[in-house]
Amino acid sequence: MNDISIFDIIGPNMIGPSSSHTAGALRIAHLAGKLAPSKILSVTFTLYGSFAWTYKGHGTDRALVGGILGFLPDDERIRDSFEIAAEQGLEYKFIENTVEKDLHPNTVDILLHCEQDTIISLRGESIGGGNALIRRLNGIDISLTGAYPTIIVHHKDQKGVLAYITTVCSGIDLNIAFMKVYRKAKGDSAYAIIEVDSDINPSITSVLKCHEAIIDATIVPAI
Amino acid sequence: MNFTHGKELLELCQTHHMSISQIMFLRETKYLEQDPASVTQKMEHAYTIMKQSIHRALNENLTSMGGMIGGESKKLNALRLSGKNICGSLISKAITYAVGVLEVNASMGLIVAAPTAGSSGVIPGVLCAAQEEYDLEDSLIINSLYTAAAVGYLITRNATTAGAEGGCQAEVGSASAMAAAAITQLMGGSPEQCLDAASFALINILGLVCDPVGGLVEVPCQNRNAMGASNAIISAEIALSGISNVVPVDEAIEIMYNVGRSLPASLRETSLGGTATSISACRSCHRKSS
Repeated sequence: MNDISIFDIIGPNMIGPSSSHTAGALRIAHLAGKLAPSKILSVTFTLYGSFAWTYKGHGTDRALVGGILGFLPDDERIRDSFEIAAEQGLEYKFIENTVEKDLHPNTVDILLHCEQDTIISLRGESIGGGNALIRRLNGIDISLTGAYPTIIVHHKDQKGVLAYITTVCSGIDLNIAFMKVYRKAKGDSAYAIIEVDSDINPSITSVLKCHEAIIDATIVPAI
Repeated sequence: MNFTHGKELLELCQTHHMSISQIMFLRETKYLEQDPASVTQKMEHAYTIMKQSIHRALNENLTSMGGMIGGESKKLNALRLSGKNICGSLISKAITYAVGVLEVNASMGLIVAAPTAGSSGVIPGVLCAAQEEYDLEDSLIINSLYTAAAVGYLITRNATTAGAEGGCQAEVGSASAMAAAAITQLMGGSPEQCLDAASFALINILGLVCDPVGGLVEVPCQNRNAMGASNAIISAEIALSGISNVVPVDEAIEIMYNVGRSLPASLRETSLGGTATSISACRSCHRKSS
């Protein structure tokens, strides 16, 4: 168990009404927004379980859109996120899936259509207390919480890639707290999720992308 | 400096001649290595949000997302101001403020989840009422929030504050125990009396189920925050009178956890039992029927 801070108890400061259905949902969408490589044009949210049944009364829909817009859980603009999205030209759509049962009760799939015809898909779970877990990214099962500054490296599963990544990290004095690798199949597409202890210099992504097996590298700040 | 149980916390208070809030502050800054100035600033900010949420409820027209609540704190305030309230000034104010925070929460306003969003009215209700009734400085109230946090930490560490795990007793019950300890300290109680008050509050609410209508944090959550606030004040008064407590807080927390786990799933935030099955209440809710 992580050590519990005063502000886990007297907090989080958040827009209501529910830590799991509002703050946690926002966190999932916030992380999704950070994974977009270019401007997001439209987003489709597929809601499962309790999210699908109660999302309007919990403002889950407004929180999800607010998260895509980059709001944090205590941002008073969340209530007006639909109007703000319209102003910014962001299209959004909600699909209720009450048929699928074998999922965490607060699950959402997010499909982002970005500029340059890029599509990002992910699945997130709101796991309680306003915390979130990204479970799947572009078809690959992963685990990402956003609790730490994180580097997500999309690469081809082959020898030497991880050694390269860790060398680059130590080269800029970055201490790796946790690192996990997820792959579709041997030799196929893979993600390295690297959680670190300090803020990440954005220049690391271009250095990482110099490796021929690294397709992309994204920095997700802690939220 | 760390502690995991109330017994250890009291020993630390005794050894160092400190209050619970001082020990909790030291745990955060020494053991968790957080910057003292930023801890102080964050706690001040939390109390500011608590006060603002009460102010909003009394001065704005708030409509909840589910449409079941809104305007209750104004009604209670009007009754209190007319002099026809029956709870006495402190409790009348505390319940007015507690239900107000739940209105802000249900209308997508900013609150402090303390310990949860569903129980976010109890602590601001009790402490803001006490501040006004006894003309106390902000610094004293903020100090007492560390004591509330200590109790909430013990419950989170050794049991749960999640309604889905422990029922409403784990949410409003925990908030009530936290507020009871805080106001006991404010009124000059000893560390032992603070934890006794927390224990009384938990045992008083033991077994309370979590049964939100439509799955939303509105009914019966709002009124239960009022109940949690009054229970905190009652428990503090019992402790301050010197009435002895036969159930130490560590045992009360374990008992609450065990009772929570023995509640059927239908009474733990699934909206399949309790008030959630009231046909009339469900009709008043905007939620689509499942």
